[in-house]
Amino acid sequence: MIRKLMSAALVTSLVSGPAAAELVFPDLSYRTGPYAAGGVPFSDGYNDYFTLVNERDGGIGGVKAQVIECETGYNTEKGVECYEATKDKGALIYQPLSTGITYQLIPKVTADGIPLHTMGYGRTSAANGKVFSHVFNYPANYWNGASGVINHLLDENEGDLSGKKISLVYHNSAYGKEPIRTLEELSDKHGFELKLLPVDHPGQEQKSQWLQVRRDRPDYVVMWGWGVMNQVAIQEAANIRFPMENFIGVWWSGAEHDVQAAGAKANGYKAVTFHNVGDDFPVFDDMQKYVVDAGLAAGAGDNVGKVLYNRGMYAAMLAVEAAKTAQDMHGVADITAAMMRDGMEALVIDEAKMAGLGMPNFGPTFNVSCENHGGLGLVGVTQWDAENQTWSLISDFKETDGDVINALITEDSTAFASENNISQRCE
Amino acid sequence: MFYREAGDFKTSYQADGQTFPIRFDRMRYYVVLVVAFGLIPFFINDYWVNAILLPFLIYAIAAIGLNILVGYCGQVSLGTGGFMAVGAYGCYKLMTAFPEVSMIVHVLLSGGITAMVCVLFGLPSLRIKGFYLAVATLAAQFFLVWLFNRVPWFYNNSASGQISAPERDVFGIVITGPNAPAWATYLFCLIFLTVCALVARNLTRGSVGRSWMAIRDMDIAAEIIGVNPMKAKMTAFAVSGFFIGVSGALFFSVYLGAVEVGEAFGIQKSFLVLFMVIIGGLGSIFGAFAGAAFLVLLPVVLKVLGVDVLGWPTDIVAHFQLVIVGALIVFFLIVEPHGLAQMWRVTKEKLRLWPFPH
Repeated sequence: MIRKLMSAALVTSLVSGPAAAELVFPDLSYRTGPYAAGGVPFSDGYNDYFTLVNERDGGIGGVKAQVIECETGYNTEKGVECYEATKDKGALIYQPLSTGITYQLIPKVTADGIPLHTMGYGRTSAANGKVFSHVFNYPANYWNGASGVINHLLDENEGDLSGKKISLVYHNSAYGKEPIRTLEELSDKHGFELKLLPVDHPGQEQKSQWLQVRRDRPDYVVMWGWGVMNQVAIQEAANIRFPMENFIGVWWSGAEHDVQAAGAKANGYKAVTFHNVGDDFPVFDDMQKYVVDAGLAAGAGDNVGKVLYNRGMYAAMLAVEAAKTAQDMHGVADITAAMMRDGMEALVIDEAKMAGLGMPNFGPTFNVSCENHGGLGLVGVTQWDAENQTWSLISDFKETDGDVINALITEDSTAFASENNISQRCE
Repeated sequence: MFYREAGDFKTSYQADGQTFPIRFDRMRYYVVLVVAFGLIPFFINDYWVNAILLPFLIYAIAAIGLNILVGYCGQVSLGTGGFMAVGAYGCYKLMTAFPEVSMIVHVLLSGGITAMVCVLFGLPSLRIKGFYLAVATLAAQFFLVWLFNRVPWFYNNSASGQISAPERDVFGIVITGPNAPAWATYLFCLIFLTVCALVARNLTRGSVGRSWMAIRDMDIAAEIIGVNPMKAKMTAFAVSGFFIGVSGALFFSVYLGAVEVGEAFGIQKSFLVLFMVIIGGLGSIFGAFAGAAFLVLLPVVLKVLGVDVLGWPTDIVAHFQLVIVGALIVFFLIVEPHGLAQMWRVTKEKLRLWPFPH
């Protein structure tokens, strides 16, 4: 009895705390450690977009957005601490930018009723909304990425990959292992030979893997890397004179800092993507005017327009649009996490909406539904131009192999559902 | 003043040999137990449990385990992370294979499995010691992590190689998974820690513990006076492995809920627990608690101070945290090489005489 009273008192004190009208978006960032090179620009973009919305539009539907930053260092224990520290402050959505932390948070957010958006990372089978009620991974997931890579290679080889040798250099963790199943299925389907080369955390030591590449002489190398591993791999590939145009990374292995270290030798390196690159969009004029020139930019403010900055901004944009959708649906401006979840499930991103935000063709068009939390899974390809120091989109957002991916998603998510006694939704 | 000994006479061997011979210490110990069991569970929320108390309790169990091996028996081990992984993966396999069995049984069994693995990797200690043994246990660390990464059977063939704790209970109270109430997970770990500490304390002052310490102090002399080095070393590895396995099982199932072997149980975990033992004090059960508290609490306190109170950028605070924790470790080791436990001992000696030292 006493315990119940105590916890009731505690709950009321916690709930009454964040009553001030602000929409809270926690940013579980990592600006330190071996993955900071990727974490910093993403977090800057995420923060800056909310600052832009606050400064230019006066908030989301008239309510200011507040970003609470918490440093995780890409470490799951610190990630849990950050989640627990921020969840009672009225958090609307979590975007941890780490597959390891995502796996921790999936059961927790579902129990606490807070949506989790893992854009292009996390648990791929979370795309099945029937099983994962609070987890979203639109607009594309790892398996779309894997299929996007193979589709691009199919295009280059007139639709025939039989007898080709493809090596996968991957981060030996939950993140790096995600695409293996899809690539194995695709290797059966298209008849190419797949070779797996794991690289252990943090990935500074890759001599033996690239020696293997040199010996096997694969036609293509696919990379699932993150952090310092990317730079090292590209440098090693350059050292063994592996043709860069045959080296293709996932979207987490395709940023400026990954290729710049290898200099001119990195020219032609490719990476798949689910959003556009460069700063040639009207939104960046506003960003310059309202955020950078006003001295409000997050971090050092020198990342504007970089690949991962754009991705952080895109993640924030999708969160803001979902919040707007939620406000329309429920008719209140000061939404809760449950309403945010409804907004995410009803999110529609079309060309007109993106153009209206000053981001025409910034990402693929898609809509989210109760069954499908993963969007359409359209994937584009970018290529690095070392001379001009720019990434450019060389193939527009295209469909990926839905037959293979959807079957795998259903299989993995039903296994998860039966393991955890989850009954399917959306009936 | 506080530690008055006047009138505190011991009339039996038992009274003389008890864990807390001074009455004030004994009372304090009971107060701590009452507060930990009777008061804290009513007041805690998710943040306190998941960010501070659970890691403290679990690391304290691991530190007690390692302290038995390093502090009491003198066998240096760098394989703690790997052995914790054995506990975690053992617990996962048991939880998924026998869902209806109580969590208590699973945790104890995973401790037992780890004890066996630990003895296996402890065998080289019969021939080698010191730095060379450290290298041998380092091999255990890398081998075990590689094994759990490599063999899909250990993670039930999941696509990502992650293991996730399903919901399991003890006497109908959910202990693992996201719906477990904060007080239940706290009490569950607290009970394990209390029992482990009592067992460890009583082992170390009995004949087994004395044979460990004899081996630590001088193994040849110990052998001459009749201590069987093989038995002493192997029991130390087994008991230490059991505690470390229990902590690994709790770390995975109750605290984190999902674990990736390379990230959660890497070499840095071995060093972290070793630092806890060294900073806390080698050969002291209290030292294990002090070391765990120091290394778990300090980063959180610094973070709260820097980010929430002072409002500094998160990356600056994270960097400062490393610098300050590192500086404090160096400072403590210079000022008191025998750790926090020795500092506590010295303070106690002084307080016994205070305020009339002469």
